[in-house]
Amino acid sequence: MHSDRAPIALQIAAFAGLAFLHLPLLLIFVYAFTTEDRSYQWPPPGLTLKWFAVTWNRPDVWAALGLSLKVAAISTVVAMVLGTLCAAAVSRAKFFGREAVSLLVILPIALPGIITGISLRSAFSLGEIPFSTLTIVLGHATFCIVVVYNNAVARFRRLSGSLIEASADLGANGFQTFRHVILPNISTALLAGGMLAFALSFDEVIVTTFTAGQQQTLPIWMLEELVRPRQRPVTNVVAMVVVLVTFLPILGAYYLTRGGTDTAGGGK
Amino acid sequence: MEAVRPGIAARLSDLFWRRPGALLLVLLIPPLLWLGVIYIGSLAALLVQSFFSIDEFSGLINYEFTLKTYAELLRPANFDIILRTTLMAAAVTLAAAVIAFPIAYYAARFAKGHMKALFYLGVMLPLWSSYLVKVYAWKLILAKEGILTWAVDGVGASAALNAILALPVIGGGSLSVSYIGTFLVFLYVWLPFMILPVQAALERVPANLLEASNDLGARPGQTLRHVILPLAMPGIIAGSIFTFSLTLGDYIIPQIVGSSRLFIGQAVYAHQGTAGNIPLAAAFAVVPIVIMGLYLWMAKRQGAFDAL
Repeated sequence: MHSDRAPIALQIAAFAGLAFLHLPLLLIFVYAFTTEDRSYQWPPPGLTLKWFAVTWNRPDVWAALGLSLKVAAISTVVAMVLGTLCAAAVSRAKFFGREAVSLLVILPIALPGIITGISLRSAFSLGEIPFSTLTIVLGHATFCIVVVYNNAVARFRRLSGSLIEASADLGANGFQTFRHVILPNISTALLAGGMLAFALSFDEVIVTTFTAGQQQTLPIWMLEELVRPRQRPVTNVVAMVVVLVTFLPILGAYYLTRGGTDTAGGGK
Repeated sequence: MEAVRPGIAARLSDLFWRRPGALLLVLLIPPLLWLGVIYIGSLAALLVQSFFSIDEFSGLINYEFTLKTYAELLRPANFDIILRTTLMAAAVTLAAAVIAFPIAYYAARFAKGHMKALFYLGVMLPLWSSYLVKVYAWKLILAKEGILTWAVDGVGASAALNAILALPVIGGGSLSVSYIGTFLVFLYVWLPFMILPVQAALERVPANLLEASNDLGARPGQTLRHVILPLAMPGIIAGSIFTFSLTLGDYIIPQIVGSSRLFIGQAVYAHQGTAGNIPLAAAFAVVPIVIMGLYLWMAKRQGAFDAL
């Protein structure tokens, strides 16, 4: 084989592109340790660990983190149930309106978040529903369904129909087949989808600004700091922690679905 | 009761086996109910509001069908917002395609084993890291006292930077309050959404096609232009759907990095919030839907959906 080495210009462009994607994130890590607390001065005049202690003692950060985790957990569970049901239906049968169903699932993420947000907001105000954790979850679960659905659909497609028939021939009823044959086969895909849904919900800000009212999730807390910086050092630390927290589920989802053609996370 | 339960389960699964339609219905009803009621219901509520108008004197919503609110969109101040957002979305999409292509091409064709995993995660981690943290990182980078000014000074190019900032329209007081800043942040945040579909399209280009082109005497540049690029096109269009749509609807990035001139998302947010003009906000929200509808229709004709 000729040309198994990439042209040097291509290598430079590719690695420069990767660097462009990662350097800003690395910068976040440096800023978490800076001693400067009034500006974004570079290079940092000194390094310190004291902002970690300051952040640790901030009740508003903890409250926002708690709400974010709660919302993400509930939304993930809802999305996993609804996304799996939908994937099972779409992958096992061809029926009238099948295309419409998959479009309906994808729509909340295909249309800009602000449209989902303002739609829900105006629906809440028409229905006179007060803002609560539930209203945030309603929005989050809606756009999380698609990530679970994508992962589950890919796995259902690989799941051979003869396995299910064999289970039935051996006398298992539908629920036993689901419990002992289907579930073990799709579990890693569901777990991966769930992790991605969790990460998506944990990070969501655009829809949340419309559905949260006065409540603060962690992204909303960050947004307020971004618009009106008041406590830069605390924001720096929170930003670094958020990067670390979102990396874990992504790496987890990658290792769970690695090797397949349906590696998770391809379509955020 | 213990003895009855398996009986019910068995009878139910018999029913589902004989009538697959019933099972399908049971599977579909919960998700369709959720999406249909919550999502489509809300969308419809929004759409309906865009056909109402606001009374100029009382500030109350006039619940009568009218196209007046849509006509408001054509007023110069509002139309500028639509034009500005669309141009920005187009610029971001173009730049993202140019930067994404080499990354995707290298990852699809030359990266093997560990390198392949590195490239995959190298795109995936920025894609999934927190949107706000990414925007925040750019606020740090573009700040006047930040790393970019420092680096530009370091290589002695501050005169060039000042010359660029002095340009009309795209320039400004500093990078963080100029269109260039907004553009850079958009580009950074949406770039992974372009890389993945382009890479997916390039993975499917058979190697022997490239060999054939080579054997027929094409120089590498010709192969790239006449073989690889046309085959990558569906992927680029698929990626552009993301970059275009996401830029059209975003209201946070231009609010944090950029000049004070509004984008569609900000207009929606401002009109539904402090101004309380829900009909106009709704009409503004319909604009990205219509633009994306046209865009998707054109993309479908190019066969872009096979690359998603």
